[in-house]
Amino acid sequence: MTFSVQAAVAARGFDVSLSLLPGETVAIMGPNGAGKSTLLNIVAGLLHPDSGEGELDGKTLFSLESGRGQWTAPHRRGTALLAQEPLLFPHLSVLENVAFGPRSAGVPRRDARKSALRWLAEVEATELQSRRPAQLSGGQAQRVAVARALATDPGLLLLDEPMAALDIHAAPLLRRLLKRVLAGRRAIIITHDVLDALMLADRVMILEDGRIAEQGPTREILQSPRSRFAAGLAGLNLVSGTLAGHGLLAGDLEIYGQHDELPGQLPAGQPGVAVFPPSAVSVFLTAAHGSPRNSFAVTVTDLEPYGDRIRVRAGDGGRLSADVTPEAAADLGLVPGLHVYFVVKAAAVTIYPA
Amino acid sequence: MAQARSSGYGGVPRWIYVIAAAGGLFVLLPLAAMVAEVNWPQFIPLVTSESSLTALGLSLRTSAASTALCLVLGVPLALVLARGRFPGQGLLRSFVLLPLVLPPVVGGIALLYTFGRQGLLGRTLEVAGVQIAFSTTAVVLAQTFVALPFLVVSLEGALRTAGNRYEAVAATLGARPTTVLRRVTIPLVLPGLASGAVLSFARSLGEFGATLTFAGSLQGVTRTLPLEIYLQRETDADAAVALSLVLVAVAAAVVALAYRRPRSGDSTSAGRESPTAAHASGGGVT
Repeated sequence: MTFSVQAAVAARGFDVSLSLLPGETVAIMGPNGAGKSTLLNIVAGLLHPDSGEGELDGKTLFSLESGRGQWTAPHRRGTALLAQEPLLFPHLSVLENVAFGPRSAGVPRRDARKSALRWLAEVEATELQSRRPAQLSGGQAQRVAVARALATDPGLLLLDEPMAALDIHAAPLLRRLLKRVLAGRRAIIITHDVLDALMLADRVMILEDGRIAEQGPTREILQSPRSRFAAGLAGLNLVSGTLAGHGLLAGDLEIYGQHDELPGQLPAGQPGVAVFPPSAVSVFLTAAHGSPRNSFAVTVTDLEPYGDRIRVRAGDGGRLSADVTPEAAADLGLVPGLHVYFVVKAAAVTIYPA
Repeated sequence: MAQARSSGYGGVPRWIYVIAAAGGLFVLLPLAAMVAEVNWPQFIPLVTSESSLTALGLSLRTSAASTALCLVLGVPLALVLARGRFPGQGLLRSFVLLPLVLPPVVGGIALLYTFGRQGLLGRTLEVAGVQIAFSTTAVVLAQTFVALPFLVVSLEGALRTAGNRYEAVAATLGARPTTVLRRVTIPLVLPGLASGAVLSFARSLGEFGATLTFAGSLQGVTRTLPLEIYLQRETDADAAVALSLVLVAVAAAVVALAYRRPRSGDSTSAGRESPTAAHASGGGVT
């Protein structure tokens, strides 16, 4: 009882492989255009990869070599898809929507309705059964869509940002519901919210530019991110470079920090990352001297409110952040375009192999 | 005046209304002129004469048959054009739409050389003992030929507007393509399908050139109402005007039926409507 997929789409620079254990849920995260939806559409059978193989519970989903080979149609895959929008069939009642999957599988009308009612009860939407989709709120519609997907008893449930279109009151409710129904169920969930990954998934996979940037247990990824995207999720600054002696070489800069995971000398020449929180960064107008401090000469790109602090983004594309008090920002006269120095103590920097 | 009373910016310059009024008059005035010519005391006897009733009955029957034929042939055509992807698709669309711009008499000649006794298929059919030209079947074929594009254009537009996202979801829920077509695609485009069918019916009802060329003008067999009107015009102008009015009335009823209510792409945005809006629209799709 396995699920595994490996697929490449040349035109999109997409090449990803993934496998899931029974009952395992994986969260897919990554910037827009990283290929998250591409992966889901390939698994669901809505997109032909150029090459690759997919298997679900002993059934070949596809086995393609340069666009040719075996291909299982979407309706024979048992991979129900729940999209950002509920996409309930507008001409059918809520009950008929949920019964759609079982009816399509050839279940007699009476039994299909019975199982639809059971799933509606599971998502606490029994009282909505005779309504039309247009008469539902966004949160209600998405709950019904969850019931509709689960009613097909999918071997693999695909969720494409199911919370993204919901307002802030409906999202927590659906998240709780998903936590309950995803327990012991195999699912892939695309999300932008680190909370989803923590609550719903056993592990997280970060996609960047159509490739897997990193993957592992959610907690581990957040504690020691190795990709810039994961560092952003964890709210950390990340500088990548090569390990050297007691620090990290990034361009012509040498960064010093803690490396408790690898005591002693760091394996020189290997790729590594330095990670530090924005709250540990001080901003100066002139270069600060004296080790053990790291100093980065950067140009301010953006200022934005961040709790009771001001987050200063600097460096190319605002890659580095520093949190300063509003008073400090005013004293320094921080504006976008200003050349400043980001200074961080070596004690606040963690260095580890990438 | 012509200014919209409802809130919101209209953005139409005043002088546009003047030209639009001229355009409206251009259509309305000839109709009014015709109505003014109607011999009202004789109206009922004129439109209920035997030849008139025969022509009207034939027109309604053949138009209904050609609308059915348009549905049978046009729905698959529209589906293939909207959803399929194959070489020559653009060319196929151009050819299907050709009868829209072709003079109907040319269509009639083309049909004659296809289904006529000496035609491409007609010769084979003749051997099999089937004669199509100058029969009621020929009327239906001529009407279908000119009316088919109306159904295809209208349905293809509806299919494109609806998009294929509901169909994709239906497929991942385990529905076979035929089930998706029956339970999702067709119900979603039903308004477009209905207006396409109504337009086809109206076009069939008004067909003249192709019918005359391909089917002739045999009373009770191929002489439809437009042919009857043309014939009566030579001998009895009053009858021609009276019958014209009948045809206008039927056409107006058909168009009113098709554009009864302004649709605003409700099938795709239905999921986001507020509950009150849903009540107001009253489930117009079903």
